[in-house]
Order: sequence, then structure tokens, then C-alpha cells
Amino acid sequence: MAAVKGLLGRKVGMTRVFSEEGQVTPVTVIELGPCTVLQKKTKEREGYNAVQLGFMPKPFSRVSRPHIGHVEKAGAEHGFQYIKEFEVDDPDAFELGQVITLKDVDIRLLVDITGTTKGKGFAGTVKRHGFSRGRMGHGSKHHRQMGSIGQSAFPSRIIKGKRMPGRMGGKRYTIKNSMVVDIRPDDNLLLVKGAVPGARNQMVMVKFK
Amino acid sequence: MRLDVPDFRPGDRVKVHVRIRESEEKERIQVFEGVVIARKGSGLNETFTVRKESYGVGVERIFPVHSPRIDKIELVEEGRHNRAKLYYLRGLRGKAARHKVRKRI
Repeated sequence: MAAVKGLLGRKVGMTRVFSEEGQVTPVTVIELGPCTVLQKKTKEREGYNAVQLGFMPKPFSRVSRPHIGHVEKAGAEHGFQYIKEFEVDDPDAFELGQVITLKDVDIRLLVDITGTTKGKGFAGTVKRHGFSRGRMGHGSKHHRQMGSIGQSAFPSRIIKGKRMPGRMGGKRYTIKNSMVVDIRPDDNLLLVKGAVPGARNQMVMVKFK
Repeated sequence: MRLDVPDFRPGDRVKVHVRIRESEEKERIQVFEGVVIARKGSGLNETFTVRKESYGVGVERIFPVHSPRIDKIELVEEGRHNRAKLYYLRGLRGKAARHKVRKRI
């Protein structure tokens, strides 16, 4: 079977599942695939072996002309919302236009999930780096300030990488070794334990181990 | 998700049949009867709180509505209340608490 090492998916949301003994597991539901093979990248041509996958149809009227030209080479009849590459051992095992679903992949207990975290805007050090807060009362006046950022005449500068306020979130983030709770190939759904980066309906990449 | 949950509200008196696992093979059913004082959450995450007085001590248990460990939920008596959460029953004892639960008109 086609041994692609990952698929594109959409975060559906979170819920919980009950085991027969009544144990509750918090899960995130991911709609994984179906993905279409759009391009094969080979060691000879590109220097590495990979396949390019497209996920979530988008009508031709909503995509650029180069996009149409690219996907038409794979025989697709619509564009794609998301296009990403995934590493494979043997690109020749795939065909252009081949649709890969959850049924075609071999998912073990653990997966890595990559997504873009929710943007938090310009955040202070308490939220961004987990600094401790000053007391709110008793005239402390030091509520959520960051405190001292360094020493005095020596070194007379701020050490590089000093954690300070700034933009938080909206970054690519990977959850490693996320536990697979359930696979429902008929609905293209994958259930993993715990949280997954990003908002609902956002794209996530799931890599199999 | 279970579909055999009766329609019950805060104020109602219910019997909750709970499956209790005593050992690997033995399983028995224990009945917890009391007044529903709250229903929280929605969908699969919904829970309800049942309060009863046992030997003069107030006991509350929170059950997930869709827990597979609940054998069944029986509606014993319908109550009538003007609140969604009956936490004030905690401050009342015996008859005072009972009186608040009336037949729904």
C-alpha cells in the first residue's frame, strides 16, 4: 500500500469519549484526508523523495491560473485549499491524481501533529513566558510587570534572547507523540488524545510514526 | 451517546442505577436516589448532580449523562423550581428541603 508518511487534515473540534469502564478521554477530532497526489518529487530531479498532496476542494473560479495548470497535470477537476509535501520512500508507488484516504494509510499508536497556534496578539511576559506575577494589592504596584531585565555597568547591555513581551501565537507548532484514540475511516476521522494546535477548521498535518 | 436518557430537569427526583465493578468479573448495580440539583454542559459532555440525604449527611454525586457506567436513569417524581441550579437546597435540611419539591402543575 502507498506508504505516505503523513496526511493533511482539518481540526474539527474537541469532545470526549467514554471507555466501557466509564473512563473519559478528552479527544480532538481531525478530519484527515482524502488527499490527492498532485506531484511526485524524486531524488534524481528534486534531490529528495516526496509527494505533494492537495486537501479540501476549492472551485477553479477561486484559484489562480497557475494553480489550475498545476493541478490539471494530476487530472484534478478542482483546485485545493491546501497543498503540502510529504516525504515518502518510493514516489513511484504513487500515481498522479491518486486519492489517499485514511483507509490507505497505516496508523499506529502515535502520531505527530503540526498546526498553527491561535494568535494571542502582543502578550506580556506573564502570559507569553509564564513569568510570575507581582501581588495585586498592598501597594505593590508591581502587578504584571516583567521586573529587572539584567545587571548594571557590567555588562551594560541586555543579554540576547532575554524573554520579553511581544507577539505570541500564530506560529507553527508540533505536538509530538499524540496518542491515537480511534480511527473512523468511513467518516475520514481521526481521534487523538488531548489538544491540537490551532483553531477549529484550521489545517493540521498529521505525520505517522 | 446514549439515547435512553429520560427527560428530567433540576428539581426532579431520580433513581440512578450505577454499575459498580467489585472484582474482575463481578458487577452489581447500585441505586442512587435523590433530587437533581443541576444539569451542566451539553452534548456528550453533559453532567447532572444528584443530592440526597443519607443518615443525616448530605451526599451529592455528579454523573456524566452519557456515562456507560450508568445502567439506567429512572424518573421518580417531577419537581417544580424557579431556578436552573438548586444549590440553595444544600443549606436546607429535611422537611424544608423536601417542601421545595412540588408536583409540576
